[in-house]
Amino acid sequence: MDDLMLNQFLLLGAILFCIGVYGVIARKNTVMVLMSIELILNAVNINLLAFGAAHGDVAGAVFALFVIAVAAAEVGVGLAMVLIIYRNRQSVDLDEVDSMRG
Amino acid sequence: MAQNVFFYLIAAGMVGAAVAVVTTRNVVRAALYLVAVFAGVAAQFILLAAEFVAVTQVLIYIGAIMVLMLFGIMLTRARIGRDVDATNDHWVVGIGTALLLAAVMAFALIDRWGDDPLPDDRRVDAVAGSNTATVSDSIFSQYLIPFEIVSVLLLAALVGAIVIARKDR
Repeated sequence: MDDLMLNQFLLLGAILFCIGVYGVIARKNTVMVLMSIELILNAVNINLLAFGAAHGDVAGAVFALFVIAVAAAEVGVGLAMVLIIYRNRQSVDLDEVDSMRG
Repeated sequence: MAQNVFFYLIAAGMVGAAVAVVTTRNVVRAALYLVAVFAGVAAQFILLAAEFVAVTQVLIYIGAIMVLMLFGIMLTRARIGRDVDATNDHWVVGIGTALLLAAVMAFALIDRWGDDPLPDDRRVDAVAGSNTATVSDSIFSQYLIPFEIVSVLLLAALVGAIVIARKDR
């Protein structure tokens, strides 16, 4: 228990990922679902950087930066979609957005 | 040793804040707990000797994405300060899925990387000094084309967001 282990970072990432998956499934508010997706993306970034540090390779950090950039794009488009759903239906409750249900 | 102590302190705070993000009944409070998770992630990045990614995390996530989220909360007129029922009826399925995923991933990770240590000196290239120099060299040589594609993607996403959210159509 002297050094940092690779596994403690990987397990932390796995726990955060699972919490995010629960949030995506169980949350009603669309903005809260977007927040859970951000949790998932952060968990993935921890894993990328942990493997990068373990292998002495800088590619993990580069890919984490790309993931952060794509997350910024995703939040911009996602919030625009949430806004237009709110404008059309006066609600951001995911249970009410079911007009395409078969 | 000290690194281990700080890892577990920060990790416990992060997991607690993350659970609060997905369970609190107040949208604004969820956003503020999310800031705590992002800050913890940045601290873990520093433990992994990725100081450039940590600074980017603070700038982009805590600075830009959280402001966007709070604007989204305000513009959709969520009941700020009031508690609402924010969990839908099939939350039991969510808990089942999350626990199953956690069990499978924990088994796989412990089975494969049981006690692999991280190297003591986590700088990739000790001659160049910090990892920031190595990362920037790598982005602007080996990963130049993906970098340019990501900038085009960001531009397209921002233009698309403006077009989608415009009022006069």
